[in-house]
Amino acid sequence: MALTSARKKFLLLEPVTMSDQIAAYRVGDRVRILDIGKPGHVRTPTYVRHKTGTIERFCGMFENPENKAYGRWGLPSIPLYRVQFRQHDIWPDYDGTPGDVLEIEIYDHWLALAEEEA
Amino acid sequence: MSNDEHNHDHDNHATTREDDDLELTEGEARFLALKGLLIEQGVMTADEIRARMEFNERGSPHQAARMIARAWIDPAYKERMLDDTKAAAAELGIEATEAALVTIENTPERHNMVVCTLCSCYPRSLLGEPPAFYVSKAYRSRAVREPRKVLREFGVEIPETVDIAVHDSNADLRYVIMPMRPAGTEGLSEDDLAALITRDSVVGCALPVEPA
Repeated sequence: MALTSARKKFLLLEPVTMSDQIAAYRVGDRVRILDIGKPGHVRTPTYVRHKTGTIERFCGMFENPENKAYGRWGLPSIPLYRVQFRQHDIWPDYDGTPGDVLEIEIYDHWLALAEEEA
Repeated sequence: MSNDEHNHDHDNHATTREDDDLELTEGEARFLALKGLLIEQGVMTADEIRARMEFNERGSPHQAARMIARAWIDPAYKERMLDDTKAAAAELGIEATEAALVTIENTPERHNMVVCTLCSCYPRSLLGEPPAFYVSKAYRSRAVREPRKVLREFGVEIPETVDIAVHDSNADLRYVIMPMRPAGTEGLSEDDLAALITRDSVVGCALPVEPA
């Protein structure tokens, strides 16, 4: 079986970058979007909260826009991911193909690893 | 208001009111008041504010169209654009001021479209100001919920053999959709190809214009 990039990094066969140390989630990880009850100008829309999707990519570190929106410091920067969902997992009555997807950017503090599916 | 009531000294007013026949909106009034104060207090000059507004509005769909036309012709440029859109823009002398730009390619298997459900995030330096539909609540709420129906209303029928990926531009990335090059365009020049690439085709709500 081919080694994943994460596995190669674990075995030190690939260099580990700063982003690797910061990024808690790997491409392909199943994640659940949290509802952290944070009020105000947050960047996680309600329609994806409590939904389960897959990490599509790590986008990098960005100043926290939820703090900057209120004139506060955006630092320290926080990890941002793109999460892909099957449309049918978001909207039970979705009208489209099983392969239709939605991708959205989610900051680290709104994510948790999804429980293993049976 | 007659001229007689309005003939007081204007020299102390740094602002101008452009449409005297219309009531100012709250936003316009706020803008004019702020602009006047910035100038009066010596923070910025009127010319600096004008230049900044001109800079903000310099983007146009032609910028993205030039990049996509080049990508259709030059596979190596296409790879670079997919890998680093800002650097690819700079190669053509286009200054992209967005923090992070991503190009997503339409394929025979997948059509892509962009929406910002939270406000109206948009790659302005490559596409200019967003169209009215893009900022409407109807598009922002429906594009994620029923993209096929929305596309049909734009006159775009995506067959069931093609999946649709909706990209919510809700945070720090800005998206450019690279449409597929239409058939029958083999002999066209780069400029003629760029003319087929419309604003809405780069948002994913349209397909490129078919060549004449």
